[in-house]
Amino acid sequence: MQFVQITLFILLSGASFFLFFKQAKVIYDNIMLGRKEKIHDDPAWGLQQMLIIAFGQKKMFKITSAALLHLVIYVSFVITQIELLEVFIDGVFGQHRAVYHFFESHRWLFFQQLYYLSINMIEILSLLTFAVTIAFLWRRNIIRLPRLNKPEMDGWPRKDANLILLFELTLIICIFSMNIGDRALQLKGGNLHYPALNGGGFLLSGSIAPLLTSLPEGLLIILERFGWWGHIIMVFVFLNYLPKSKHLHIMLAFPNTYFSRKEPKGEIINMPQIMNEVKSMFDDSFVAPEVEGEIKFGAKDANDLSWKNLLDAYSCTECGRCTEQCPANQTGKLLSPRKIMMATRDRIEEIGLGIREHGPDFSDNKSLLGDYITKEEILACTTCNACVEACPVTISPLEIIVELRRNLIMEAADSPAEWNNMFTNLENNQAPWQFSREDGLNWVDDMN
Amino acid sequence: MSDNKVPVMADLAAEGRAPEILFWVGCAGSFDQRAQRVTIAFAKILNALGTDYAVLGKEECCTGDPARRAGNEFVFQMLAQQNVATLNAYNVKKIVTTCPHCFNTLKNEYPSLGGNYQVLHHSQFMQELIDEGKLVVEGGAFKGKKITYHDPCYLGRANDVYEAPRAVIESLDSDFVEMRNCKSKALCCGAGGAQMWKEDEPGNSRINTKRAQQALEVNPDYIAVACPYCNTMLTDGVKEAGKQEDVKVIDIAELIAMANGL
Repeated sequence: MQFVQITLFILLSGASFFLFFKQAKVIYDNIMLGRKEKIHDDPAWGLQQMLIIAFGQKKMFKITSAALLHLVIYVSFVITQIELLEVFIDGVFGQHRAVYHFFESHRWLFFQQLYYLSINMIEILSLLTFAVTIAFLWRRNIIRLPRLNKPEMDGWPRKDANLILLFELTLIICIFSMNIGDRALQLKGGNLHYPALNGGGFLLSGSIAPLLTSLPEGLLIILERFGWWGHIIMVFVFLNYLPKSKHLHIMLAFPNTYFSRKEPKGEIINMPQIMNEVKSMFDDSFVAPEVEGEIKFGAKDANDLSWKNLLDAYSCTECGRCTEQCPANQTGKLLSPRKIMMATRDRIEEIGLGIREHGPDFSDNKSLLGDYITKEEILACTTCNACVEACPVTISPLEIIVELRRNLIMEAADSPAEWNNMFTNLENNQAPWQFSREDGLNWVDDMN
Repeated sequence: MSDNKVPVMADLAAEGRAPEILFWVGCAGSFDQRAQRVTIAFAKILNALGTDYAVLGKEECCTGDPARRAGNEFVFQMLAQQNVATLNAYNVKKIVTTCPHCFNTLKNEYPSLGGNYQVLHHSQFMQELIDEGKLVVEGGAFKGKKITYHDPCYLGRANDVYEAPRAVIESLDSDFVEMRNCKSKALCCGAGGAQMWKEDEPGNSRINTKRAQQALEVNPDYIAVACPYCNTMLTDGVKEAGKQEDVKVIDIAELIAMANGL
C-alpha cells in the first residue's frame, strides 16, 4: 500500500511539474513575441519596487477593505508553503510528518515548537481564509460589486474567478480533514503510521479531533488520506490551472513590478526612429542610423507591442480597479482599461498558438486593433493615468492605448476629422487652433 | 500698476541679456480668451515680484502634447525639436508655465530630445516664493469664501504635484475644502489625451459634467484650477448645471492676483 502511494505521488508530482513547465514555456515564448525593449538597468531599484509593491502589497491599500481581505489570503498562501514542503518529503519517502519527527528524534525542542507555531498559524489563517473566500464569493456574486461585474467579465472570466475561490475552499477543507483525521488517529493510538506528536494536537484540528475518536480507524484513515491527497492534488490542479487563469498574478506580479518603468508617469515613450527622421529633416548633416527590418508605427497587433505590455497582460488579475477609476468608463463610454489588458492576453495567446501550429508566418487576418479592441474604445481615453495609478501591480493599459492610437493615426490614417484639423493647425500655425503665431502676444495689449 | 510690460526673449537677446526664467505661455494661454486672462494674471504677478523673465512670443510653438497623445508622433517631433532648438539657442535654464501639459512635456519628454531644463509649474513657482516670504498674499478678498481645488491629471498623477497648488490656495484667508475624489483619485476634466479637440465618444454623460457635479457637491464659491483645459471644461460643466452665477471657476494665479489687487 505504501509503495503504491509513493509511486503514485512521484508520478503525479512529476507529471504536474512537467505540464506546468510546458505551459510556463509557452507563456514565456508568447511574451517574447513582443517587441524587444530595455525597461531599466537598475536591479536594486527593481527589487525595491518588487518588495514594496508585490511582496509588500503597497498599492493594494488604495482600497483598505479589499486590501485587508486580500492580505489574509496572501499571507495564508505564503505560510502554507511551509507545510507543503513536509507534504513533499512525506510523499516521496512514505513518511508521516517527517519534519516534526526528525526534530523530535534530535531533541531539537526549539524547532519542534517552531513546527507547532507554523502549523497553528496555518490552521488559523486557513480558517480566516475560508471566511474571506466566502466573502469574496459573496462580493462577486451576491452583492455584485460593480467593478467585478462589468461586461468584459461575462462568461469565462467570471467562471475563472469563481473557480479559483472554490479551489481555495476545497484546499482548506482538505487541510482540516488531514489534520483532524491525523489527530483522531493519534488519540486512538495503535496505528504505527500515526504516532502521537509529543506537543499534543494543533490549535483548531486538535480541539475537534477528540469528538471523532469513536469512529472506526478505517474511516479516520480515509479522512486523513482524503485530506492529505486532496491537499496535494489541489496544489497540482492549481499549478496547472494558473497558466490559463487570471490567477497567474500570484507569480507574475513579482517580475512585473520588478520591471516597473522608471520614467515619470506623464512621459510617453519616445519613438527614436521618428525622432531621427525628423531630425534629419531639420539638419542636413544628421544621418539617421539604419534601422533593421520594416518600420512599424505603433501597434496593430499584440506582437507589435513591447514584451513588457504582454507581461502586463499576463500579470492582470482582472480586479477592475483601473476600469473603476477610468473617467471614460465612468461616463458610459466603451473603453475599459481592464478589457484592454484581457484582449491583449487573449490575442497574444491566439498568435502564439497559431505560430506553434503553423510556423512563424502564421496569419489569421485578424488583429488586436479592430478585432479585439475597437477604434471607439481607444479614442475615448483622456490619458489621465487613473488606470495606471490604480493598478496594484504596475500594469499600464495606457501604454497599449497610445501604441494602438499611433497605429490608427500614422499607419491606418484613420484619424477623426477633428483631430486632422488639429494636426493641420499644428503643422501650419504651430498651435492646435487656427490662430497665427504672429498673434501670440496679443494678450499683452489687454494687460493694461 | 498701469504700465505692464512683458519682456520678449528675442528683444532681450538683441540687447545681449539673458533672463533668469522663461515664462512658457502655451497655446491656450496665448490664444484662448479665458486662458489669456490667466496668462495676464501670472505676468502681473511676475512683474510685481520684479522677476527677471521673458516670454518667447512668436517663437513659441505648441509643445506637441496633443499630437503625441493623439498618436501623431511626426507632428510631435516636428514641434518638439523646433522648441528644443529655440530653447537651447537662448540657453534657457529655467522655465515656468501655467499649463500642466506644457509642464509635463517640457519636463519629462524633452530630455530625450536633447532639451534639459528646470521646469516649474506656476503653482510650484508661487509656492516657493510664498515660502520664502517674497510673495506676500493679502488675504482680505477671499475671507470666508469656500474654495475647492481640482487636480489636473498632468500635474497630479503624472507628476505627483499635489501640495504646491494647495499651499498657494491656503495662503489666502479662505475656507479650503476638498472634493470627495481628490489628489491621486481626482477625476479627469475630460480634456486630456487630445479630447479637447474632438467630440466625446458615445456615453451616458460628459466627463466634465460629472467632474463639475463632484465639485458642486461641496458648495464652493470658487472652483480653483491650475490648467487652462480644466478651466474650460469645468466652466462648461458649471454652466451646464446652471450655477455660473454662484460658482466661479478660477485659476490659482488669478486668485493670487485678485488677492493682491493686481
